[in-house]
Amino acid sequence: MQEMDLSRERTSPLRRLGAIDWGLTLSVCFAAAVGFVLLYSAAGGEFFPWAAAQMGRFGVALAVMIVTAAIPPRLWYRLAYWMWGLSVLLLLAAEFRGIEGGGAERWIALGPLRLQPSEVMKIALVVALAHYFHTVRFENVRRIRTLLPPLFLLLVPAALVLKQPDLGTTVILIAVAGVIFFLAGVRWWKFALFGAAAAAAVPLIWTYGLQAYQKQRLLTFLDPSSDPLGAGFHITQAKIALGSGGVFGKGFLNGTQIHLNFVPEMHTDFILAVLAEEFGLVGALALMAVYGLILYHLLAAALRAKTQFGRLVVSGVAFTFFLYAFINLAMVLGLLPVVGVPLPLVSYGGTSMLTLMFGFGLAMSAAQGGESAGEQLTEE
Amino acid sequence: MPISENVDQSRKFTRRLVLLMGVKGLALAGLTARMYQLQVRDSERYTTLAEENRINTRLLLPLRGRIFDRHGRPVAVDVEDYRVVMVAEKTGNVQQALDRLAGIVELSPEQRERVLREVRRRRRFLPVTIASGLTWEEVARMEVNAPDLPGVLTERGYTRVYPYGEEVAHLVGYVGPVTEREQKEDPDRLLKIPEFRIGKQGVERTYDRRLRGRGGTQRVEINASGRVQRELGRKEGTPGDAIHMTIDMALQQKALALIRPHRAGSVVVMDIHTGDVLVMASTPGYDPNLFIHGLRAKTWRALQTNPLGPLLNKAVSGQYAPGSTFKMPVALAGLESGAIDTGTHFDCPGVFQLGRAKFHCWKKGGHGPVAMRDAIKQSCDVYFYELALRLGIDRIAETARRLGIGVPTGIDLPAEKQGVMPTKAWKRGYFRDKRNKAWFPGETAIAGIGQGYVLATPLQLAVMAARLANGGYAVAPRLVADRPPGNRTAYRRAQDGFRRLGFDAANLGRIGEAMAAVTNETGGTAFWTRIAETGMEMAGKTGTSQVRRITAAERARGIVKNEDLPWHRRDHALFVAHAPLDDPRFACSVIVEHGGGGSRVAAPIAREILLETQKRYGSLAERAGLDLDFAHRAGGRGIPGGIR
Repeated sequence: MQEMDLSRERTSPLRRLGAIDWGLTLSVCFAAAVGFVLLYSAAGGEFFPWAAAQMGRFGVALAVMIVTAAIPPRLWYRLAYWMWGLSVLLLLAAEFRGIEGGGAERWIALGPLRLQPSEVMKIALVVALAHYFHTVRFENVRRIRTLLPPLFLLLVPAALVLKQPDLGTTVILIAVAGVIFFLAGVRWWKFALFGAAAAAAVPLIWTYGLQAYQKQRLLTFLDPSSDPLGAGFHITQAKIALGSGGVFGKGFLNGTQIHLNFVPEMHTDFILAVLAEEFGLVGALALMAVYGLILYHLLAAALRAKTQFGRLVVSGVAFTFFLYAFINLAMVLGLLPVVGVPLPLVSYGGTSMLTLMFGFGLAMSAAQGGESAGEQLTEE
Repeated sequence: MPISENVDQSRKFTRRLVLLMGVKGLALAGLTARMYQLQVRDSERYTTLAEENRINTRLLLPLRGRIFDRHGRPVAVDVEDYRVVMVAEKTGNVQQALDRLAGIVELSPEQRERVLREVRRRRRFLPVTIASGLTWEEVARMEVNAPDLPGVLTERGYTRVYPYGEEVAHLVGYVGPVTEREQKEDPDRLLKIPEFRIGKQGVERTYDRRLRGRGGTQRVEINASGRVQRELGRKEGTPGDAIHMTIDMALQQKALALIRPHRAGSVVVMDIHTGDVLVMASTPGYDPNLFIHGLRAKTWRALQTNPLGPLLNKAVSGQYAPGSTFKMPVALAGLESGAIDTGTHFDCPGVFQLGRAKFHCWKKGGHGPVAMRDAIKQSCDVYFYELALRLGIDRIAETARRLGIGVPTGIDLPAEKQGVMPTKAWKRGYFRDKRNKAWFPGETAIAGIGQGYVLATPLQLAVMAARLANGGYAVAPRLVADRPPGNRTAYRRAQDGFRRLGFDAANLGRIGEAMAAVTNETGGTAFWTRIAETGMEMAGKTGTSQVRRITAAERARGIVKNEDLPWHRRDHALFVAHAPLDDPRFACSVIVEHGGGGSRVAAPIAREILLETQKRYGSLAERAGLDLDFAHRAGGRGIPGGIR
């Protein structure tokens, strides 16, 4: 095994900024700006209470991203399991000392900070799995025995998150892990097997795994008209907001569904309704384009990365981001049940933004090492 | 780690990553398709839904039409007033606010309960009226205390006011809040407005549709909880039509002054040609203004249980045995059928024997042989027992019904009673028990003097008097004029507006002459209450209807004087009349419940009111055929407090 390149170690912090993917950063800023505009509108043309706070948070998150990106990938590689372990501890802490929010225990108070351990877990899981598959010899990936440790890494947090109960995050954790397994080279038939097992487990999960409100949401999703003024109200009113926006929208600050409070949670999970009602299909597609740009930059970074750790971290983060966007959009468009996933970088809320930006920082850091090929993460 | 392995790993990763990107691309394309579906294809439908969400059309309360008497005096108007409303959402503790309010304005326990009920039922940001009709003092105190009463406001509104109060209560009625049943029966959306008041009684009820007006509409934008954000547009409604009653309030007041000294009774004066009811007084009465701000339970119970029936309009809802006033229809039936002529005499020995039963005349010694004219003039009972038996009940009924007895007059008031004009068929249908179904001759005899089953309302008696006096035309009474004041149209005589009843004019003349004799010849039962003024003389007929049977034992002891009986067992005093003698124009009926003799108690009232009526309206000849009475008189009685 090669030794670490010590010259790298001595690089000045300023030079380390070379790790930053400016195209990605710009795209992210653009998405966040869309969020500011929509939050300004959702508050009835006011910076307070949402837009201003969101700007502050984005500033912090941007700083976190840059700092994360500037830290050498070797450090993140070493911290991978520690991060996973800490996240599991936070999840356990939330389980016992969590603060009620939205019908489930998802928050944990750390001094003045309110932390959502399940959010942190998403990134920690990506890093831990990337670390694991980095260490595994490629030919061993085929062995079932090789898959037992990563399954453990996935199932422990997934079980804790499901117990919170947070169905949306559980699904995201499983899907992200699945994608990393897939990209690491796990064979097709194993996914098929898992899929069959999952399908078989559905009735069991329905009976034992889901809370009453979760079942209600799923049932309402399948037939929104069954409860037009109750749980179906969200979906129906969001659809009306979108549909009435038409191609060009009703104009900035002119959305009636939004400003007359017909769309609930319009500043958080249903913020797409604000965009689509006031800026129409054009506005919605513009946001999709920005998301596409972010995904493109991450794809390029993944292809650029020379280590398996780097590739898996970048594509894991990219897929997490994609899942956020897809689940939220599909939910507001009435294609998925209401699961409480924010629109990434746009919805009001600190934790998910911080998590994603931290993830982007990690991706930038991990994607390095192009020129000095063979930069090693381990000191063996 | 061999290089080839790394290359394999990298290649596989790239292959699979590209595949994954493809899946992501497909997923995003799917979302785009869905967006297209919602925002382009179905956009129109969702736009409609969004508009329906946001825009609410509200009905605006129109002003209720005013009601006037025949000279334009306001009888029912809307007056601006102040009311206290509460917006529960801003008040917080409703109970506490009501406690505090009780020290400022008058609040009954019923009002408090109603407010609490409405607060619970309605959305918390909608105002609930707590009290209306505030005095100036109360308004001032409200203003001073406003800071301590969040969410409690003083608002201006309109309240129905009846300036004449009790004097016109039975005619105009009153308005009140809409009941659930009324809402079910009437699809008019106005009824759903909480502040809307619907006519409950009298003309307010009969002409409610015309008085209501049409509601305006207000298009407002509402938010998800239904709160109004702003007004988008407004279309004012049209106020209700004004209603002009045929009543002359000055005469009505005069009539009430005459009847009020007696405990209970009624006076009706009507135009025998047009059917205009100039006076319809019923006593005791009630103040309709009490009903506007919500009647206290105690007051309502007192009104309902009062044996004198203050809530009842006795002129249309009271049914009385007509007594001797019924002798005209019997006499007319006799003349028309040929059973008698003016020369036919019956002997009156003071008692009439039918089988084993004895029927007495009011005059103990009897009248001796009498013909029709004297029988009416002196009100001989035996003559009419005899005549009734010759005619049979069905022929009497046929004539009486044509004159309006036992037939609803169709007056524009709710709750009109139809009286009873018995026939053999009626009795068969009326009684359940077989033994009671047969008609007995004795029943015909007493029907001949307006006793037994015969019942008539005071208005029916006035109609009868009118039809006898107008040449036999089917005049129908009315309380509301079909044209507004100031519109001078020719006075229509009965023959121009109503169908003939088919009586021989000569026979009607004979009846009229007999009635004139009652009041204008010595020996007539009402000679002492005649009108002496030339050209205004009246013709009439007294009636004293028994409310109890006089037993043989009582008769043997000597008839007990009415004054010595308890009030409720005394006779009813009746009088029907028309005036003037020459080309008559007005008919009148007076009933004093348990008043005693018709000639002594009822006739003087009729005399006074008919005299007053003629003084005010003059004779038809003088007026050159023009109906000047409807001309609007400027400066009608004003009402303090500003009439809208």
